[in-house]
Amino acid sequence: MLRDITIGQYYQTESVIHRLDPRVKLAGTLIFILSLFLFDNFWGYLCAAAFLAAMIRLSRVPFRYMIKGMKSILFLLLLTVGFNLFLTPGEALVSVWKLRITREGVALALQMTARLSMLIIGSSIMTLTTTPNNLTDGIEKGLRPLTFLRVPVHEIAMMMSIALRFIPILMEETDKIMKAQTARGADFESGGLFKKAKAMVPLLVPLFISAFRRANDLAMAMEARCYRGGKGRTKMKPLVYKKRDILAYLALFAYLAGSVTVGRVLF
Amino acid sequence: MSIILDHVSHIYGSDTAMAVKALDDISLVIPDGQFIGLIGHTGSGKSTLVQHLNGLLKADSGHIYFNGQDIDDEGYNKKELRSKVGLVFQYPEHQLFEEDVFKDVCFGPRNLGLPRKEVELRAYAALKQVGLPDDCFYQSPFDLSGGQKRRAAIAGVLAMKPEVLILDEPTAGLDPRGREEILGQIEKLRRERGITVILVSHSMDDVAEYVERILVMNKGKLLYDGEPREVFSHYRELEEVGLAAPQVTYIMHKLKEKGVDVDTDAITIPEAADAILRALS
Repeated sequence: MLRDITIGQYYQTESVIHRLDPRVKLAGTLIFILSLFLFDNFWGYLCAAAFLAAMIRLSRVPFRYMIKGMKSILFLLLLTVGFNLFLTPGEALVSVWKLRITREGVALALQMTARLSMLIIGSSIMTLTTTPNNLTDGIEKGLRPLTFLRVPVHEIAMMMSIALRFIPILMEETDKIMKAQTARGADFESGGLFKKAKAMVPLLVPLFISAFRRANDLAMAMEARCYRGGKGRTKMKPLVYKKRDILAYLALFAYLAGSVTVGRVLF
Repeated sequence: MSIILDHVSHIYGSDTAMAVKALDDISLVIPDGQFIGLIGHTGSGKSTLVQHLNGLLKADSGHIYFNGQDIDDEGYNKKELRSKVGLVFQYPEHQLFEEDVFKDVCFGPRNLGLPRKEVELRAYAALKQVGLPDDCFYQSPFDLSGGQKRRAAIAGVLAMKPEVLILDEPTAGLDPRGREEILGQIEKLRRERGITVILVSHSMDDVAEYVERILVMNKGKLLYDGEPREVFSHYRELEEVGLAAPQVTYIMHKLKEKGVDVDTDAITIPEAADAILRALS
């Protein structure tokens, strides 16, 4: 059920990737995503897939567990494929009534599928191997230079970490309320779209109320401990680059240079 | 008419590294009309167990029979099962959602597809049974006090007229008076309607006074199953699994150790008072 959504969740295990500095993982994710949009041939994507497979292997997160989280965006993926397949002008392969599938369309659809699915798996490796706390620390430190432009980096990072932290809590809460209403004979599965939407009311109202209650409690707890933003705040465990982080950066740049050469220049 | 659990096991997250065996080979029979206390430490599997009884969770192995039918059989009417086995969750007030209390209580019976008149009659009767004052009926459920909210939520399950009523920590977070009121009303309800009641709790003091049978769970296993007196006599073993016998049991045993000849079977305060008076006179 709802427990199946794994996007943005942390997977507890012991691996090289887990131990990397979160800044490396953030930069790595960015570089990986960037590389996906630079390729214009098949070999580039093959490079990216190989790199991704290596990362998955290193992270020791079961591949099945990652894929489970993808189910929720399958719809988005199908929609993109559909649009690309039917709406790209070019040399027609099949044409039925007003719908035409073109050679260019097929190529574009395949490219989009590869891009999107690798993009999502790539970024979920980051969230699966980094605790929300670590992730925000990384963002905060990585974006530190922006404070000179008066960007409230600490506050943004804090909001992000709270949002991430609340995903599993709200998920659990949804599960609980769903069960409670099912015990009262509610039916969330059957019926048409309208009936299904209506069945959501007994779920959404308590969920919103509980989200507000939790937000309120959290604000109170933070205030009680004199939290007042990032100014002058120090860290108990400041992030420091280690040797393996430097190595990881080198590997990342090697990947970027290598894959872009293959994906854009060579062929 | 009874519930039978036959070697039921349940595992959470069986395909991840964090697999937890929440229920481990549980077998038991719950006859009609019994008042049962289900006790266990946090994470002992008691909530998981009760969610099996009305089919919200499916056993990974083993079978559950309600009135002689396997509830996991294909084509078994789960909705009907849920109306027969009413489950009140922990903090049930978090499930309230309608604009007024009466409508919220109507939600359950309305889902059963009953005619409107029947729905409203049941809702009214249920609200009366939990002892909510009349002027609350048309207020927003969010304006009620904590204890009232909880009663409104319990009424929401009662209105489905269950034959078995399961309450998961119905007194959590209530003051002593609210606690006694709720437990008293449940007891009264059971007497009047003759339904089976299962009270889930981690406090022995809560259940000692009311129940006729206690099930103790620990780490997914059924540790003890018997009458309160019998279970409480294992008070030392209970402590080892993070539970405690009622305070009265301790006092009686201490007294006996000190040489006062009291009956250590007393489990409620009035019983203890009687026993001490008898010993002294």
